[in-house]
Amino acid sequence: MSRLHVETTVNGEAAEFLCEAQENLLTALRDRLGLTGSKEGCGTGDCGACSVLLDGRLVPSCLVLAAEARDRQVTTIEGMAQGGKLHVLQQKFLEHAALQCGICTPGFIVAAKALLDRNPDPSEEEVRYWLAGNLCRCTGYDKIIRAVLDSAAELRKEIA
Amino acid sequence: MSALLKPRAEPRRDFKYVGKRPVRHDGPDKVTGRANYGADFTLPGMIHGVVVRSPFAHARILSIDTREAEAMPGVKAVITGKDIIENRAQVSMGEGSGDMHDVGENCLAHGKTLYHGHVVAAVAAMTLAQAQAAARLIKVQYEKLTPVLDIESAIAPGAPILHDHLRTEGRAAGAPDGPTNIAARAVLERGSLEQGFAAADLVIEREFRTRMVHQGYIEPHACVARYSPDGQVFIWCSTQGPFQVRGACAAVLGMDLGRIKVVPSEIGGGFGGKTTIYLEPLAVALSRKASLPVKMVMTREEVLRATGPTPGSRTRVKMGMKKDGRLTAASVTMHCDSGAFAGLAHRSTAMCCLSAYRIPNFFIESHSVLTNKPKVAAYRAPGAPMAMFPVESLLDEFAQKLGMDPIDLRLLNAMEEGDAAPYGPKYGPIGFRETLLAAKGHPHWSAPLKPNQGRGVAAGFWFNAGLNSSAVVTLDADGSAAVVTGNPDIGGTRAAQAQMVAEELDIPVERVRPSVGDTDSVGYTDVTGGSRVCFATGMAVIQAAEDVRRQLCARAAKIWNVEAEAVTWSEGAAHPPAGSDKKPLTLKELAAQMARTGGPIIGRASLSAPAAGPAFAVNICDLEVDKETGVSRVVRYTAIQDAGKAVHPSYVEGQMQGGAAQGIGWALNEEYRFDAEGKMENASFLDYRMPVASDLPMIDTVIVEVPNPTHPYGVRGVGEVPIVPPLGAVANAMARAIGVRFTELPLSPMRVLEGLNQG
Amino acid sequence: MAVVHFPNDWRVHTGGVAQLDVAAPRVQELYDELTRRFPGLGAGLEKAAVVINGDIYNEAPYHKLEAGTEIHFVPRIAGG
Repeated sequence: MSRLHVETTVNGEAAEFLCEAQENLLTALRDRLGLTGSKEGCGTGDCGACSVLLDGRLVPSCLVLAAEARDRQVTTIEGMAQGGKLHVLQQKFLEHAALQCGICTPGFIVAAKALLDRNPDPSEEEVRYWLAGNLCRCTGYDKIIRAVLDSAAELRKEIA
Repeated sequence: MSALLKPRAEPRRDFKYVGKRPVRHDGPDKVTGRANYGADFTLPGMIHGVVVRSPFAHARILSIDTREAEAMPGVKAVITGKDIIENRAQVSMGEGSGDMHDVGENCLAHGKTLYHGHVVAAVAAMTLAQAQAAARLIKVQYEKLTPVLDIESAIAPGAPILHDHLRTEGRAAGAPDGPTNIAARAVLERGSLEQGFAAADLVIEREFRTRMVHQGYIEPHACVARYSPDGQVFIWCSTQGPFQVRGACAAVLGMDLGRIKVVPSEIGGGFGGKTTIYLEPLAVALSRKASLPVKMVMTREEVLRATGPTPGSRTRVKMGMKKDGRLTAASVTMHCDSGAFAGLAHRSTAMCCLSAYRIPNFFIESHSVLTNKPKVAAYRAPGAPMAMFPVESLLDEFAQKLGMDPIDLRLLNAMEEGDAAPYGPKYGPIGFRETLLAAKGHPHWSAPLKPNQGRGVAAGFWFNAGLNSSAVVTLDADGSAAVVTGNPDIGGTRAAQAQMVAEELDIPVERVRPSVGDTDSVGYTDVTGGSRVCFATGMAVIQAAEDVRRQLCARAAKIWNVEAEAVTWSEGAAHPPAGSDKKPLTLKELAAQMARTGGPIIGRASLSAPAAGPAFAVNICDLEVDKETGVSRVVRYTAIQDAGKAVHPSYVEGQMQGGAAQGIGWALNEEYRFDAEGKMENASFLDYRMPVASDLPMIDTVIVEVPNPTHPYGVRGVGEVPIVPPLGAVANAMARAIGVRFTELPLSPMRVLEGLNQG
Repeated sequence: MAVVHFPNDWRVHTGGVAQLDVAAPRVQELYDELTRRFPGLGAGLEKAAVVINGDIYNEAPYHKLEAGTEIHFVPRIAGG
């Protein structure tokens, strides 16, 4: 069984790995590149804990083949903070106590970033439907939604 | 400071750090992906383990041929029942001893497989793919047996029997003895049912059903185990109780407790489901055979098929009430569908069902019934949701029939301090009245409703556990402190512990570093669960910090050359005796001098706390029902709960909101569905449908504080009671919305449509 | 004198007695006295949690008993 050699960009840095043809991107990120921030909650694309951005598009990395990352840009939770400074979303999640066990948090933050990249002023309903692909069992979502709405407001202020 | 508690003093009321909302100390690691959960850990030389699961719900194992698997490239170890002796150990696990045989048998079957997915073998290989390929080559011969898949089949005369030796514990006098699937029976009674019902003006009798539901933690079980040649064992795992993992693995594997060290990872949810063991002893046994560390991680499908849900239930309730609204009698008969091994649901269901209301005459009988389904595990206030849902439902029906406000009806009958609980002792100070009054006065209760909307209210109760806890607080030379406990942090307890240390030592919360220790670095501690961490471990933390203060006073005394008893502590400093010309010494000043005044300062405490502060909660739910599709939506939700004293209000609110969401899922969507062969049909997050963000509104919370006198701050457990009221609140809202009262959960669209069509 | 209340399903061992005043300095001596009077109680006592004035302990054999201390027995419950 010969492996595939994949060259890609992860969080702005050139990266490469060898993977099996059928290996998913989540496994490659976690086991080949040591980026364990993305989590496997289900392996079937239903929980969102593995959410990453592929060329800016929100995807469940458990349903993306590792080989599909070739020559593309992958953004994971590890790339959210810039130069040691937390992203607004990360800061707001902390302020709003929008996490308890935290296993779903990386997926939510990446998914929320994808939303705010597209829609800087979402309504509560839009936030809820966009994040419907991310399961949380601890919080009941209330504080997560508040954190995302507050982040959106903060980011709009920064741009203004 | 150890053993039992100091005499009760009035709980403290004024706080500097407690009651605030600091950013949690483990927060930055969690929002950046740095936090390490069960599957995020590797050891040099680590190999991968997978299990082989029975395809039959009920079968005898005739033979297992592992030769082909063992011969495969990369395979380092294969284990079956013959590698782990069927154990007879009796180990105390907080809820009682004697269940280790079942726990071990559940981890790895010996003679029979008792549910679809029951483990029969395990294999470890250099890569996961090799292990999976080898697992497929393990040949198991089964003799298929007829499964029992529901309560009625399990208790019917002549039913296939799961355990030949099982006899009903607490069997009714005169009931037949002999092989049975009824594992246990609990009874509580008071007064005379006959007189009670005779005195009633109104009697309602209904039968209720709930299904098995899963805790739904997002992180599957995962562990890494290393068995060293000298017999020392290291286990890294996602668990609510590292000491429980240690004790249970020692019992199941017949190993010396003292040779096992368990390091708990960050835990991605548990809710009771991670207070037991599944993979850990298998990983240890494989590692022993392979002489290499072994990692095992469950898939989601395995979690749903083979880890413990909460029992399903069938409950017959009959209640009598006078026309002024006072309850006169209640009769409750419950059967809990507990899966393949004896559970404990009969106990808590019996104790909880009537725990909230004053009823002079009652008879409660609850049974744990065995079926060929996965062995049940604890799920947040285990037993209480399905035990109290029928009573909350009946009360709503009474309120409608009598034309009474459902909250007023509950106020009329509410338990108060000094009332005797159904299980005997009198309640101490409790906040049930206060939560009911808060609900009544809340704007939600009087807000207008739109068409096709209904409003339901329901109450809940949980005992809250005490049990054993240990804590260590160490002081650093710069005046900062570290606190270590043995409780994995699932809800924000590290933040609360840091606040308690800050409060006791009068240092900023950011200067306290809270962490979770392993089984070697802190004294024995019972599970994170039972709503006990902030209460019991919190007390140990407070006492450990007090120990530090006492030592600081002794150091000041040494410096001043006075008697230690003459030194007092206030406002973060040691004060000399009255009349002295010495200036007070702050914590920071004393910390800087530790080396010269006697050495490092370590404060420690351990205790065995009683369960002493039951929690009550009331929820209000507005439900909107689409009568064409049967789909319903929660449009407004308010959770009100007595927390005693909220150390970190954001995380108390978090428990209330999270529990409400789980209860709403239980009421509307979640259920285990089995086919005729006993195979779970919906073993994925797609089909085991838990609430998502678009299903729910904001969940408003009101924290009521009736201090618990057993705790120095008045803290009462908060983690579990939130899941109890939603079942009744949602079902009552449904009844008010569409005029059909359902007695069976979940209220899935199909069920709602059937109910509408019949009505 | 501690006031001891027996749960319903133990009364078959106490000859129907629901409540009893027992003189004993500590919980352990109370247990010894109860098993002396009602031998059938032994197993149940071992497995139950003891409630002392409303506080539930899994085990508290050396807890001192004062006049009027109320004793109940309940199953051991932890939670989830």
